[in-house]
Amino acid sequence: MPTTTYAGTDVTVNDEGFFTDPSQWREDMAPQIARTEGIELTDRHWQVIKFMRHEYQAKGTGPTVRGLGKTSGVSIKELYQLFPKGPAKIAAKIAGIPKPRGCI
Amino acid sequence: MRRIVILGGGTGGTLIANRLRRLVDQGSAEIVVVDADDEHVYQPGLLFVPFGLADPAGLTRPRHRQLRPGITFRRAAVDRVDLEQDTVWLTDGTSLGYDVLVVATGARLVPEETDGLTGPGWMDRVFTFYSLDGAVALRSALSRFDGGRLAVGVVDMPVKCPVAPLEFSFLADWYFRRRKIRDRVELTLVTPLDGAFTKPVASRQLGGLLNDKGVSLVTEFNTGEVDGQAGRLISYDGREVPFDLAVMIPLHGGQAYVDRSPGLGDALGFVPTDERTLQSKARPNVFVIGDAADIPASKAGSVAHFEGEILARNITRYLAGEPLDAAFDGHTNCFIETGFGKALLIDFNYATEPVTGRFPGRLGLPLLRQSRLNHAGKLAFSWLYWHVLLPGREIPTVGSPMPAAGKRSLPTSDPGGPPAQSRKAP
Repeated sequence: MPTTTYAGTDVTVNDEGFFTDPSQWREDMAPQIARTEGIELTDRHWQVIKFMRHEYQAKGTGPTVRGLGKTSGVSIKELYQLFPKGPAKIAAKIAGIPKPRGCI
Repeated sequence: MRRIVILGGGTGGTLIANRLRRLVDQGSAEIVVVDADDEHVYQPGLLFVPFGLADPAGLTRPRHRQLRPGITFRRAAVDRVDLEQDTVWLTDGTSLGYDVLVVATGARLVPEETDGLTGPGWMDRVFTFYSLDGAVALRSALSRFDGGRLAVGVVDMPVKCPVAPLEFSFLADWYFRRRKIRDRVELTLVTPLDGAFTKPVASRQLGGLLNDKGVSLVTEFNTGEVDGQAGRLISYDGREVPFDLAVMIPLHGGQAYVDRSPGLGDALGFVPTDERTLQSKARPNVFVIGDAADIPASKAGSVAHFEGEILARNITRYLAGEPLDAAFDGHTNCFIETGFGKALLIDFNYATEPVTGRFPGRLGLPLLRQSRLNHAGKLAFSWLYWHVLLPGREIPTVGSPMPAAGKRSLPTSDPGGPPAQSRKAP
């Protein structure tokens, strides 16, 4: 597993850059992860990131885009404005949780 | 006398009712199946209707006729489930108490959740074959279509039978060739996935087939809007796919009563379920079979069939106060119609993706390879469905756990999936 450094701390990530151990994540790492995705975090981004962390802790997997649109308080349209390359995936990466399990 | 209430008289509800009736003595428990109507549609047949390959009238049979003697069929719509009181409330104001509840109400099409999909052009140049009405309407639209851009679009996962959009594309190629207008038709398959299918080996194989048949593939396209007037699909990130005729697979959700039942479902109306025991996470006396569950298996009839054996056993164990058997391995088996009288077969589970080889053993049907034998298998499946699957019987040589014999190499799925469980092949 590759290691990378965020906010001065070494963390393990998978080949796609997703945290393999969500407990290694800290809030002060998020802006740096976001910048690697070309995103400057705003309050709206944080609303989604905190929701992702919460969902992951409650259910063991991050929500899908549709789930986010229904429950995060941010519409799917806005989610794509915030995370243009794919809200569920990119927000999960910035929130330090594994890539949401794709549907079959 | 205890009561087992089964919500839904489709594939999963019917086969679990019949299995339980054989296992549970009539004197010890009554079994009630609840459904809003008495029309059981053979859903695998819908794919063939638009191409004139299946008679729509032949796809429907009465639900109650598929149930064994000793099972009560209650024709009523569900208003909500009260998990605290172990009671199902029906829309006619009556209620049904239960000792065990089985949720088998499947998935529901929610086309209205996509902007514009049911607006101008719906059922005129924008169709779906995922309903009987839609498939019949599409049949006449296809017969009038004499050239132009045909887009097959999957709005988002999960959908029932995730291979059906591919099959539709393959059959459309065959259909227009037979009509000798293939050169005037531009076929495009539009998907939110990053390839033709969810699993890598099958995705490459099926992507190659699309290419061979001249079907363009647009990937990672999350349809945000369907503009039926101008004829274009618009993604959330602003890309567009123009069409003259669109065949859409709408968003799927659980049934509306799930949303009205506090604690039962998730945000999409599917019921959180243990993927090995098939017990709901809501209550120990609530179980789930088929498309209504949120488990990471395909929404397909074969899954409901393989679940049936394990779920019936687990419900009898639950009634006897015994521990449940965590035995369901996610086994899925799909024939993929590829046109010209041929089909492909895929067989996989939670841990193993579809690979080449033969099924269910070394002398069986070819896997991941086009053959006439698989097409014959697909056609024979209709008979098996009514006479073996729904009655809840075993298919000889095909048990619930996925067979490994006959398969070349068994790559395991992505590490995000549940861990592999070593179980002996039959």
